[in-house]
Amino acid sequence: MRKVSVIGVGLTKFGEHWEKSFRELAVEAGARALADARLEGGKIQALFGASMSSGRLVGQEHVGALLVDQLGLTPIPAIRCEAACASGGVAMRAAWFAVASGAYDIVAVGGIEKMTDVSTEDVATALGGAGDQEWELFNGATFPSIYALMARRHMHDYGTTEEQMASVAVKNHANAAKNPYAQYQKEITLEQALKAPLVSSPLKLFDCSPITDGAAVAILAAHEVANIYCEQPIEIAASAQASDTLALASRASLTEMRATKIAAKEAFKQAGLEPKNIDLAEVHDCFTIGEIMAIEDLGFFEKGQGGPATEAGRTALGAEISVNTSGGLKGKGHPVGATGIAQICEIVAQLRGQAGARQLHGAEVGLTHNVGGSGGTAVVHILKKT
Amino acid sequence: MHHSLPLVWRRIPERYNLIGCKCETCGTPYFPDRKICPKCRRKGKLVKQKMPKTGTLYSFTRVHAAPSGFEHESPYWLGIVELGNGVRILSQIVDSPEEKVVIGASVTMVFRRIYADAEEGIIAYGYKFKTI
Ligand SMILES: [Zn+2]
Repeated sequence: MRKVSVIGVGLTKFGEHWEKSFRELAVEAGARALADARLEGGKIQALFGASMSSGRLVGQEHVGALLVDQLGLTPIPAIRCEAACASGGVAMRAAWFAVASGAYDIVAVGGIEKMTDVSTEDVATALGGAGDQEWELFNGATFPSIYALMARRHMHDYGTTEEQMASVAVKNHANAAKNPYAQYQKEITLEQALKAPLVSSPLKLFDCSPITDGAAVAILAAHEVANIYCEQPIEIAASAQASDTLALASRASLTEMRATKIAAKEAFKQAGLEPKNIDLAEVHDCFTIGEIMAIEDLGFFEKGQGGPATEAGRTALGAEISVNTSGGLKGKGHPVGATGIAQICEIVAQLRGQAGARQLHGAEVGLTHNVGGSGGTAVVHILKKT
Repeated sequence: MHHSLPLVWRRIPERYNLIGCKCETCGTPYFPDRKICPKCRRKGKLVKQKMPKTGTLYSFTRVHAAPSGFEHESPYWLGIVELGNGVRILSQIVDSPEEKVVIGASVTMVFRRIYADAEEGIIAYGYKFKTI
């Protein structure tokens, strides 16, 4: 396998874009990524697209060809990757494989979701498809309720508290307030989070990531050509992925994600690094309990210590390990198919020193963690300065 | 999300009577039914088996934001039940006083209507659990 670098990234603002269409968002992020890479579109040899549920949300499938078409990149080959909320992460990994294998020198990877064109109920139904249709949704389970079942058991086994979960939301909103691309530009207080209405007990409104429109694009290049286009290529030091059962009840544990643990172990091995070497991480906080479990399963904290560590500020910007400097899914927003790529964009911005008000000083190594459904898919990437 | 008639009909043995399966090679029980034992794969031999109808509550939540088809039941309890043979299943918890819905509570299966689809006229039935 060859070394692969990220040479350009582009995002749209995350939020509700009632005035912009699915394809307009994709083009906006794509054009920014190409400009960032200082690349003529003609140099791109293949495209990997990601969208979880464009068919249900905007009635549009065939997203690979659509992206190539709208970005003016015909006739290069394109495919769409789908792994629920990890669609972006698996597309990133597919793009990495395509360059690492030697098949292509330069490829684009783009994720998009347009979620606000339909009712909240329709979004919930579409997202529910990330779980087990026949054994979870049939019985009245919602996506938040599946994470609520994990939260309740985590509280029982490790003494995790609702305050600790709320402190994840408070931290991520504080980071989002420093990110001009984030959906939420306002900090929240612990009290606000704790007093918010219940969605699925013990999870309340601020424990849940929002419904978001947005797109994110990255340009990947073989390391040997990366320097031609880019002064600061960011190396992909590891790309790993694992799967688990679709249904939560079928798993051995409700309080850890086995797919995350396996993908992380493989990623650290590939990179020759350990959790303590990571300066910042974008982890999959679709629900606050998700971040608590992630920082445990990725090896940053002992099992059961994710809640106390967050409450004590050990994951805040500039602390022991900076978790979700972008604001995470919670504060930045969660346009499902775009999320995995947007995580990459944040790490690249931080490692290049372009993260503005939320810049982490001296950042050398970053990690991304993208989960599909309730843990059926987990993708981990490690990026580092070259 | 509502299901077509064949989708509902195909699952009747599992949903009405908790018919899962057991691998004769390694002894592992499964619910819902599987066609391949993940532990033994090609060497596995799966046969139908009825699951025990009692167990304990392993985790629970009260759903306040209900999906379509369940709005009139909101808020309702949802749990993961660990059956007597160790198999865990997700189910609604009904007819149970709030103070009894705790981790470790003893529960037993009841047969109930899961939802009625106004559009297609399908009424889907299946298992729910209640505290003992
Ligand atoms: Zn077996």
